Amino acid sequence: MRPDVTRWLARACADADARGLAELRPLLEALARSTHALRDADPDLTGSARDPEDAPDAAE
Amino acid sequence: MPLTPPNSLREAAALVEQRALSPVALTRACLDRIAARNAELRAFVTITAEQALADAARAEAEIAAGRYRGALHGIPVSIKDLVDVAGTPTTSGSAVPARRPDHDAPIAANLRRAGAIIVGKTNLHEFAFGTTSDETAFGVVRNPYDRERSPGGSSGGAAVSIVEGMCYAAVGSDTGGSIRIPSAACGIVGLKPDVSDLSTEDVVPLSTTLDHVGPMARTVADAALAYFAMLDGEARIDRVPPAAGLPLWLGVPVPYFLDKLDADVRRLFGEARAVLEAAGHSIADVVVQRAERTADVYAHISLPEASWYHATLLERYADKYSPGVRLRLEMGRYILAEDYVRAMHGRATLRRAVDRALEGLDALLLPSLPIGAPPIGAATVEVDGAREPVRAMMLRLTQLFNITGHPAIALPCGRGHDGMPRGLQLVGHRGGTERLLAVAAAVERDLQPRMNTDSHG
Repeated sequence: MRPDVTRWLARACADADARGLAELRPLLEALARSTHALRDADPDLTGSARDPEDAPDAAE
Repeated sequence: MPLTPPNSLREAAALVEQRALSPVALTRACLDRIAARNAELRAFVTITAEQALADAARAEAEIAAGRYRGALHGIPVSIKDLVDVAGTPTTSGSAVPARRPDHDAPIAANLRRAGAIIVGKTNLHEFAFGTTSDETAFGVVRNPYDRERSPGGSSGGAAVSIVEGMCYAAVGSDTGGSIRIPSAACGIVGLKPDVSDLSTEDVVPLSTTLDHVGPMARTVADAALAYFAMLDGEARIDRVPPAAGLPLWLGVPVPYFLDKLDADVRRLFGEARAVLEAAGHSIADVVVQRAERTADVYAHISLPEASWYHATLLERYADKYSPGVRLRLEMGRYILAEDYVRAMHGRATLRRAVDRALEGLDALLLPSLPIGAPPIGAATVEVDGAREPVRAMMLRLTQLFNITGHPAIALPCGRGHDGMPRGLQLVGHRGGTERLLAVAAAVERDLQPRMNTDSHG
């Protein structure tokens, strides 16, 4: 899983535990897989910036 | 002599207009049906019997005086208990304190203007946040074809009210499929109009970007009449689009949408396609680009929008929610704004993808539900030898068109070996709800021998 999603999941689970909602963990883990897929999706889908280093005509 | 209820809204309307059928007698027959079956099936939360009979008497007097309003005049209808109706609580299927509206939602007001008789508020999956109508404070809703199975959701009570002859049109809501899913599970017609058509004002929101309202009924013509009544109160027979002429140009989105289907859905959908081709329609395989990202986009829009609406209620009444609904609402509070924005961009991309898939076509043709109605309380279901989450499967084929806003309609296409209904779905061009109704009428006509048109009453 992407490191940013892993960090998000850790914070979310810690907060859920602190609030007495440990049963949220499996739902958050499933959501994390979906968030990973969304963040990893083609930028043409999500509008996110492409890494200029990934461009086919990137200057050396 | 007991009344033999008409089989369809259109049939009932013709008899009422001719004064061959009393709106009071028809309403009483529907109320008797509710009284006989609701304790077991839990289709209704609130039954407004006294008001309904008073409204029916007034309708009868108006019609006798020559003031006939149209096809919904004197016709019993039900309204999902998410929609405000003046003088009745809006429970949303929850133990959270109900809304107490002093005025009708616009779609309810339009139904009244059309002369419809509101017999009650139907049961639902709590706050519309589910697909099985088994998380509700008012008793699990049961499928009339098999009491141990779900009627689908979230508009489960609405679907049951049609199947059981408790009314002739039902108002549902649809955020990820909540009209089309129970329509497929119960063998009736359910229309999610174009997102721009019907007002959701004074309807408890689930996800304001994805929410739609629409009619559920026994036939396409019935659904069309109810749709026009909800739209502007004018439910004239001459507004019902006639069945589209031959040939229809239909596209089946094969990748993703046909990947996971139970054997009966696959068989019945294939047979329906063959019947339509034999009838002279042209059907080709098409692709909706990036459809495989539908569920991810849907989750990252629907969850935070639902959590936004419920934030104050969750702080005050957390213990009054069904546990599963509460957890899903809490989950949405953790979604980051950047992911919501990603998903909203995804929405625009998927909308263009569906537009492109529809180019040159009258409609997309696909199943509406990949499985039959699941057992009540089931968390997983077996599909093609694999265990799949029920919720994900129920939403799989419908939620894209909530994201994109295209009009979509569920039609029955037969019953599986388990005796349970299966449905297909037609998706039209944006802004093209009336054209979609014409296409659906043609498909219904050509599939008629296969469709489940049993009167369960």
